[in-house]
Amino acid sequence: MGVLSRVFPIATVVAAIMVIWYGFAVYLNAPWQIDQYEKTGVEWQMRDLVRDTMAHDRPILPAPHQIVTEIWKTTVEKKITSKRSLIFHGGVTLSSTMLGFLMGTILGIGLAVSIVENRAMDKSLMPWIITSQTIPILAIAPMIIVVLNSVGLSGLVPKALISTYLSFFPVVVGMVKGLRSPDPMHIDLMRTYKASRLQMFWKLRLPASVPFLFASMKVAVAISLVGAIVGELPTGAVAGLGARLLAGSYYGQTIQIWSALISAACMAAVLVMLVGVVSHFTLRRMGLSQ
Amino acid sequence: MTRFQTILSGLGGLAALYALAAGLLSGKPDISIMVASLVLLLAAARRFAGVMPHHQIDLGAGLAGMAALLMVLDAGMGADFWALLVASWLFSWLAVERAMMARAQAAAVAVALSLGVPVFFGIWIIFVWQLLTVGLEIPMVLLPSPEQIAVRFFNSTSVLWADFQQTFVKAALTGYIMGCGSAFILAILIDRVPFLQRGLLPVGNFVSALPIIGIAPVMVMWFGFDWQSKAAVVVVMTFFPMLVNTVAGLQATQAMERDLLRTYASSYFQLLIKLRLPTAAPFIFNALKINSTLALIGAIVAEFFGTPIVGLGFRISTEVGRMNLDMVWAEIVVAALAGSLSYGLLGLLERQVTFWHPSNRRKQS
Repeated sequence: MGVLSRVFPIATVVAAIMVIWYGFAVYLNAPWQIDQYEKTGVEWQMRDLVRDTMAHDRPILPAPHQIVTEIWKTTVEKKITSKRSLIFHGGVTLSSTMLGFLMGTILGIGLAVSIVENRAMDKSLMPWIITSQTIPILAIAPMIIVVLNSVGLSGLVPKALISTYLSFFPVVVGMVKGLRSPDPMHIDLMRTYKASRLQMFWKLRLPASVPFLFASMKVAVAISLVGAIVGELPTGAVAGLGARLLAGSYYGQTIQIWSALISAACMAAVLVMLVGVVSHFTLRRMGLSQ
Repeated sequence: MTRFQTILSGLGGLAALYALAAGLLSGKPDISIMVASLVLLLAAARRFAGVMPHHQIDLGAGLAGMAALLMVLDAGMGADFWALLVASWLFSWLAVERAMMARAQAAAVAVALSLGVPVFFGIWIIFVWQLLTVGLEIPMVLLPSPEQIAVRFFNSTSVLWADFQQTFVKAALTGYIMGCGSAFILAILIDRVPFLQRGLLPVGNFVSALPIIGIAPVMVMWFGFDWQSKAAVVVVMTFFPMLVNTVAGLQATQAMERDLLRTYASSYFQLLIKLRLPTAAPFIFNALKINSTLALIGAIVAEFFGTPIVGLGFRISTEVGRMNLDMVWAEIVVAALAGSLSYGLLGLLERQVTFWHPSNRRKQS
């Protein structure tokens, strides 16, 4: 399949979503606009309505180009140090995302190794690791932030801890699968070489688990961004994309909410792609993929 | 005994010895700590002497240590206390380790073990939590003890029940059914159009990696403060995982199987119901399980952006403000129970529906 035949359907779907979005923007904002027309007694036609519904200050649903303009204004035209710059807020969110992702990955790998190497750990830990994710941590994240703040931990670390809690899970599951993935034939071969447990781990299990690790890291980085954003909600709307969301919802600034949302989405996409690129090159270097 | 088990029992014995010595040297040894340390020391000695290798004895020694620790909890914690805690922990681990080693177990014993070991681990977590919060006198505004949480839980069941109904039954469950149901139907429709499949699948994959939870404030603006806005958030959150998984599942049939049904002159619907949906079932259940936790998260987080005065998220955020952390934890227990139970129920249902799948077939020995 050529590039075009892969891109074309995606582009069509994205274009369709845009059209539907514009349609909804007009439809949802129309009642208020018609109300305005009637109050001021202006004669209006369909063309005016479409034009005006896309120019509200606080629309119910902003049109895509309004969001793009807002993002442009708050990124390129504002100084990075400004409190109103999206780059500033994005940077705050990004730093706690990365810290949480890093800690989550390390914790996940550590747990996975102990689970694979020790049966008692496997039996007692694995069910609790699964249970830990049925607790809606995102929902109690604000409380954890507040409590940690009262112990003196504030700023980056509490948010990063939420991200850690969310991101260690996919890594554990993926790594356990990966460390157990070597072919029995290969394990037998290592045994005939009289490999020690440590050698078996470094030379067979760990290399075999790398593709699984990268697949889980893609999930983990996306989910740790979610954790960082939710972690920012209760910090009194100081900084970060989550704080922008909250401030926007307090003051009814829908364009601000949507621009924060879209930038969060772009950040998630870039992070996942970055992990994908690193994965691609590492695996190729290891000879695990072409 | 493996080397690891030798290390466990050696360290356990040393810790027990230390507890004994520290208690005696402190001048006023506590009788229950002394007895328990002695029991653990004897248990370690018998391991090295190689007599009575039953893991039940290790378990009993560990439990004796736990009981002694609970008894002296209010009297303060010295070096002997901590040493005994370490010794009991090591012996509990040793007991689990040994129990796993026992080969040629009956099926019933194996099942009991796979249930009992995690439960035992859970009991240990709660036990240590209780010891630390009470022993170190951690204030309730930071971390309430399990005991306080349990008392609060049973004293306010009516409030908890009302919150549960508002958030779980009305918001999460309604949204879950609507989101999963509509995604399922759309997936079946998409499946007939390969063009849409190729276009929607990457987009769906992309969207399910996005922080969708962020639309919560928007939904609260659109649908008002009551449960409808929370259900709307849940619909959006659960939609894409279900869509992507169902489409992937519907593609999972093999050409051979489809050809076979075609030679039987089966219609589209027969093919769908007899072959493609059953093949897609593991994928669909995967999405249902992922969504069961997402739905609860979505409903609770959406309540932070405005809500009537009932609901898990509302209660959590207001009780944090009033420093009633025991109530907050009681709500967390409700959420965790609801989440785990729905996950477990879906798991059971999956086993019933996809009994033929390799991962569910009982291993033949």
